[in-house]
Amino acid sequence: MSEFQTFTMNFGPQHPAAHGVLRLVLEMEGEVIYKTDPHIGLLHRGTEKLAESKTFNQSIGYMDRLDYVSMMCNEHAYVLAIEKLLGVTPPLRAKYIRVMFDEITRILNHLLWLGAHALDVGAMTVFLYCFREREDLMDCYEAVSGARMHATYYRPGGVYRDLPDSMPKYKPSKWHNERETRKRNEWREGSLLDFIEHFSESFPDRVDEYETLLTENRIWKQRTVGIGTVSPERALALGFTGPMLRGSGIEWDLRRKQPYEVYDDLNFEIPIGGNGDCYDRYLVRIEELRQSTKIIRQCVDWLRSNPGPVMLEDGKVDPPRREIMKRDMESLIHHFKLFSEGYCVPEGEVYAAVEAPKGEFGAYIVSDGANKPYRLKLRAPGFVHISALDEMVRGHMVADLVAIIGNQDIVFGEVDR
Amino acid sequence: MSDSIEELAGEIDKRFDHLKRQDSISGELTYEIQPGDIVGTCTALRDETSFQFEQLIDLCGVDYLTYGQSEWITEAATSRGFSRGVKRVSPSRDPGASRRFAVVYHLLSVHYNRRLRLKTWCADEDYPVLPSVTGIWPSANWFEREAFDLFGMLFTGHPDLRRILTDYGFVGHPFRKDFPLSGEVEMRYDPEQKRVIYEPANIEPRTLVPRVIRHDNRYNEVLSRRRAGDE
Repeated sequence: MSEFQTFTMNFGPQHPAAHGVLRLVLEMEGEVIYKTDPHIGLLHRGTEKLAESKTFNQSIGYMDRLDYVSMMCNEHAYVLAIEKLLGVTPPLRAKYIRVMFDEITRILNHLLWLGAHALDVGAMTVFLYCFREREDLMDCYEAVSGARMHATYYRPGGVYRDLPDSMPKYKPSKWHNERETRKRNEWREGSLLDFIEHFSESFPDRVDEYETLLTENRIWKQRTVGIGTVSPERALALGFTGPMLRGSGIEWDLRRKQPYEVYDDLNFEIPIGGNGDCYDRYLVRIEELRQSTKIIRQCVDWLRSNPGPVMLEDGKVDPPRREIMKRDMESLIHHFKLFSEGYCVPEGEVYAAVEAPKGEFGAYIVSDGANKPYRLKLRAPGFVHISALDEMVRGHMVADLVAIIGNQDIVFGEVDR
Repeated sequence: MSDSIEELAGEIDKRFDHLKRQDSISGELTYEIQPGDIVGTCTALRDETSFQFEQLIDLCGVDYLTYGQSEWITEAATSRGFSRGVKRVSPSRDPGASRRFAVVYHLLSVHYNRRLRLKTWCADEDYPVLPSVTGIWPSANWFEREAFDLFGMLFTGHPDLRRILTDYGFVGHPFRKDFPLSGEVEMRYDPEQKRVIYEPANIEPRTLVPRVIRHDNRYNEVLSRRRAGDE
């Protein structure tokens, strides 16, 4: 009889497959993992405590920095919670813009997830392909908010400004001559909506490209099929949401089940998996890329034919337009009060959640009637998913651990908050 | 949505007579629960066919130490300029208030598509202790560790109640209202001792925007409409 011996191995916190700063203490027997103890909190910045000392609007920028690959979705949950407290509803056009950018964000997130996950498992090319498309979507963020990542674009009562009529263009340089530059600017001659439409037309073919690299790839399947299997009952008990829950075969999507903004007017489907393993969760997310493109397309069509305000014209919540402010005394007072003191909300507590790319992202606000939240709790999907890591990797090998971490779509900005 | 909330409220009132419904401004359902009832009630809420709350979506602590305290003397104008109007709230105990720490549970029923919020208060603020719900929902494990780390609540029956978000060797519970925003200690590399050392923080606490509670008459209408259940 061979001697039974386990040993302890440290993984991370600086490790390319840890997707940020994750430290794992692994109990192993040979290559097989018996127990995993994730040590998180290396990126803890106390966002919730910081928000208690800032007025409501000053914390919107912090939301971008939580899950820093799905920026606008985080803002969305926070802004929805404030709107629920205030009892205001943004104009319809703002709702469509938010939905369109939520879906752009979902594609951004899934592209980074796909590229990084494939890279972890050993496929280099997918990463390069995914970042090509991410670049275009980052440009949409830039065009609409001025920032490529941390947009701070959503506000209680709408979005900060309307969609621009022109896209930023490339200029000829040492590396790209006139002709090449013209070609690169081909989509950028019109407005932002034209650009997004071009993107939504070509993107399904790009998804096909990713799929030819992975879906039927023998190595990819060997690394993901039957790895990290979670039964539907267990997925519910462990608090899974989003693609992690749908991969186990439970049809649950807040966009359908508890629709916010305009999701109940849009036509899209919810993909679900059958076996609850890494491969099924991969298929679910790939299908979500296609469905998001469909939603974006519908939003573009609506936004083209329905101009209108994108923010409430309520001086107590949203700043007045600049040209009015210059002439009207009351608007000037509103502007001054909003940017110095902020607005007070009614006393009470609310919870608002959105279907973020990773799962249910919720904001719970307790207010005592002040201009700052009394307590803000952010419910991050990644925090719950990584708490189930121990159960998911038990009995697998170290290489599978890497596949499972990549598959869970962990981002430490939101896990550690 | 509001129909199904009232329906659920009716069922809860019928089944559990020890739960107290709270006022809500947002069309959400909140019940107050005694610490001793948590395990039994939550098990029933998860298992009984008329509730089926399969998921614990969130669990978090709240510290009510400075609830409703304002930092800005707005009753009369000050003649000494803006900064003199700011009154630092010293996190002292208001003798009238009896309760400090609360824990809030957010439940979700995927089967019925319903949400429910439970709120419980710790009896003793110097030694806040509650029963753990990890046996009911495994997802409570890390949430309870987080509440312990940030607020210092203890959960009896938790299998592994360690700190989770703060640094190794951290002292104190940072989300308590009497813990300063800038922290108690700061660390730096000391070239003489050739190691990282901790020192008391020397950052002066500042108030950039004072905390203001304004009574807004417009909200009376909103609040009364919501309480009547129109929304």
